[in-house]
Amino acid sequence: MLKLTAIWLTHLLPGLLVTIFGIFLLQAVIALPAQPVGLTTEVQRELPNSGVTNPVTAVLLNFRGYDTLLEIAVLLLAVVAVWSLHVVPLRTGHARYVAETPVLAHLVRLLAPVMILVAGYITWIGSARPGGAFQGGSVLAAAMVLLLLASMIGIRPRQRWPLRVVAVLGLAVFVVIAGGTLVVGNQFLEYPRNQAYALMLVLESVLTISIGGTLALLFFGAIPETASFETMNDEG
Amino acid sequence: MWPILLPLIGTIFTFLFKRGGAATISLVTVSAITLAVAGLTRQVLQHGEQYYAVGGWEAPLGIALHADGLSVLMLIMTTIVGASTSVYAMGYVFQGPRAGSAVGGYFFWPLWMFLWTALNVIFLSADIFNLYVGLEILSLSAVALVTLEGKPAAIVAGMRYLLASFLGSLAFLLGVALLYTASGTLELNSLGTRMLSNPSSGLALALIMLGLALKTALFPLHFWLPPAHASAAAPVSALLSGLVVKATFYMVLRLWFDVFPAIATPAVAQILGALGAVGILWGSILALRQQQLKLLIAFSTVAQIGYLFLLFPLSNGMTEIGLDAWSGGVYFALTHACAKAAAFMATGTLVYALGSDRLDDLPGTFRRYPLSVAAFTVAGVNLMGLPPSGGFIAKWLLLTSALNSGQWWFAVVILAGSLLGAGYVFMVLSRMLLDQPQSIADSKQARPVTLTTELSALALAVFVFVLGVTATPLIALLRIGAPF
Amino acid sequence: MSQFQIYGLASVLIFSIGLYGFIVHPHLVRKILAMNIMSSGIFLLLVSAARRDMHAIPDPVPHAMVLTGIVVSVSMTAFALALTRRVVAATGVAALLWMDAPVEAAPIAARNDEHSRDLDRVADPVAADRDDIHLSV
Repeated sequence: MLKLTAIWLTHLLPGLLVTIFGIFLLQAVIALPAQPVGLTTEVQRELPNSGVTNPVTAVLLNFRGYDTLLEIAVLLLAVVAVWSLHVVPLRTGHARYVAETPVLAHLVRLLAPVMILVAGYITWIGSARPGGAFQGGSVLAAAMVLLLLASMIGIRPRQRWPLRVVAVLGLAVFVVIAGGTLVVGNQFLEYPRNQAYALMLVLESVLTISIGGTLALLFFGAIPETASFETMNDEG
Repeated sequence: MWPILLPLIGTIFTFLFKRGGAATISLVTVSAITLAVAGLTRQVLQHGEQYYAVGGWEAPLGIALHADGLSVLMLIMTTIVGASTSVYAMGYVFQGPRAGSAVGGYFFWPLWMFLWTALNVIFLSADIFNLYVGLEILSLSAVALVTLEGKPAAIVAGMRYLLASFLGSLAFLLGVALLYTASGTLELNSLGTRMLSNPSSGLALALIMLGLALKTALFPLHFWLPPAHASAAAPVSALLSGLVVKATFYMVLRLWFDVFPAIATPAVAQILGALGAVGILWGSILALRQQQLKLLIAFSTVAQIGYLFLLFPLSNGMTEIGLDAWSGGVYFALTHACAKAAAFMATGTLVYALGSDRLDDLPGTFRRYPLSVAAFTVAGVNLMGLPPSGGFIAKWLLLTSALNSGQWWFAVVILAGSLLGAGYVFMVLSRMLLDQPQSIADSKQARPVTLTTELSALALAVFVFVLGVTATPLIALLRIGAPF
Repeated sequence: MSQFQIYGLASVLIFSIGLYGFIVHPHLVRKILAMNIMSSGIFLLLVSAARRDMHAIPDPVPHAMVLTGIVVSVSMTAFALALTRRVVAATGVAALLWMDAPVEAAPIAARNDEHSRDLDRVADPVAADRDDIHLSV
């Protein structure tokens, strides 16, 4: 009897409430206009002035570049926040794991170069077709996580500056560009029309490296310079 | 623009350099932000409301920034509380992992600069998705600041805060998604003009208000606040109680008057007001029952947040009375930010000095640490709402609008809350002023404290009285671009 | 029923499943997963609403919003997982105890250098998979 009451309270009641909420939400979604309302027309009109031909990239880096600046700030914030917790690093680089699973090492050796290439391609194509810094950065991060797991790369305690620079690189370049637009007398983040493409390309490339590095650092968790490690196998 | 860019630059440099350097960089950043905010204030005073199209793209395509009296007043509040907290933090001894080593307390600076960025982003934004991004930076940095203390209590409180905050963000984001898919714009004013009364906008209103109420700790969604604010390091508690809950409250205010007036009915306003009223009483009563100093002040924050939400029913109808209630509510946020931050800073000093935050260990502190006790007293006068503090003016405006609009029950709650507030402030003061033999404060166990921490708390507390004197020009500033 | 409504229904379902999981499961890793599921529901709603008319060009703004939302949610998740490890180190369980439970009475002190061995346990997928929150000590 007691158990039944407990289940009622912990599972059925929340289930009931969530169902009621879901019905409200469904009603709201169905009530949305069937014809798209949005900013498609505005984006299409200004797309030729944005410096790129992929509308999503134009929105991300130009029309709503300010949101993207803040989003890169969130990534750096995540690194600072995770480091401030002083967690113990994940035990990557154990020779035992790698020896027990030869498949991993072999596969990573095959995959990593391809993934890095794909990351570069996705970033590059982002100005015209689906792709861009975030997609490229995620692939790069995945490659780095694989390399970390297979202990082909390692994060060593003495790397204070390089890793910090990777973490702030994206934000720093973005801030410099943003500050630069103000200094030359434009609106904040208003790229000069004929340099927009070049600026966005620089931004995309730097962001890819920074996003990839940041995500890998988040995976690693601990502060590199204070973490103590066993000797790592660093071929590659 | 500079009020947003400057703290962001500050984060980069504080992150790259070690502790001593980080504090110095922060002070440089603080001065630069002060100048930027002063410049913006002058602009708004001279030319009225300011709009700014980021990237040169006009809204709705681009993101619009908007500065009116309300934004500027919130920026000023952030600058004053932020500057004194920064000075305080320089003299504060951080606990937590690796306390005392080069990294102990080091992370405070970049996290605090992130928090400041988020606050300024929110106060200047006129775009609902941009507000969401600002809100996320705010939440993540606030939680990380709580867990910086490193004690089990702070870690657990931080986790609870994180989950509550994350859930609030998701509710907000879902609301934003519904609004955009229904109206095709993210800019606040055009969202307001396109608002139709239908299930999607109704649910969006509910989700956004619920998410923000959870983050602002409106009763009964306040459960996460007392442990988080009480277990954090003293400068962090000051920032959280002083600024973070104000930022989410500002968002409620902004969206309520700019986006939702078409569908926000008096009934919804009454619900918010009623929750605020219960919050005042509940928070005050629980504050009276606390045995620990910081928890008491944290519950007092729950009570004071209640006053802010009285603004909604009292300002209904958008008349002259409504304007009084609106100004009173905003002025209350401003004075509470300063007073509560000062109270947390002063008690933080005492808690560090005594090594305990039990009320019973307080006797004798007035002789050994007179500056901190004075700071708490002055801040306490404001929390009670006695003249000539700024809190008195704010409560007076709320009280008169409650009586003039015929909602006398809110007037009763305001008075009762003030009485209860006096109760818990005196409960602390009487212990501080007690002369008891063999008190901790007189023993060798009590640690010496730095003058920086004591003076910064006192300065901020005294500033609350300045707010009492300068209310007329500030409320005039507030009315630039007011929704009435 | 239009294509958008099918996707809309799916996104409502995904969000609700996430919300239910968030409320019901005490294990912190499950709560964090539930939040990610809820975000996915919102993202699906945004992306499908961007292409309500199958013949028109999809609206790029929701796509950009979703990308931003994903980055934010990755950051939050990373921090939440790291914090979960600290919670386990501090209290011995990967769940939040009742509000009034004395946190100080936790079995393991949160000394930074001492918690490494306990962290290995929560990092163990088997332990995280079990519904009970108590980790064998």
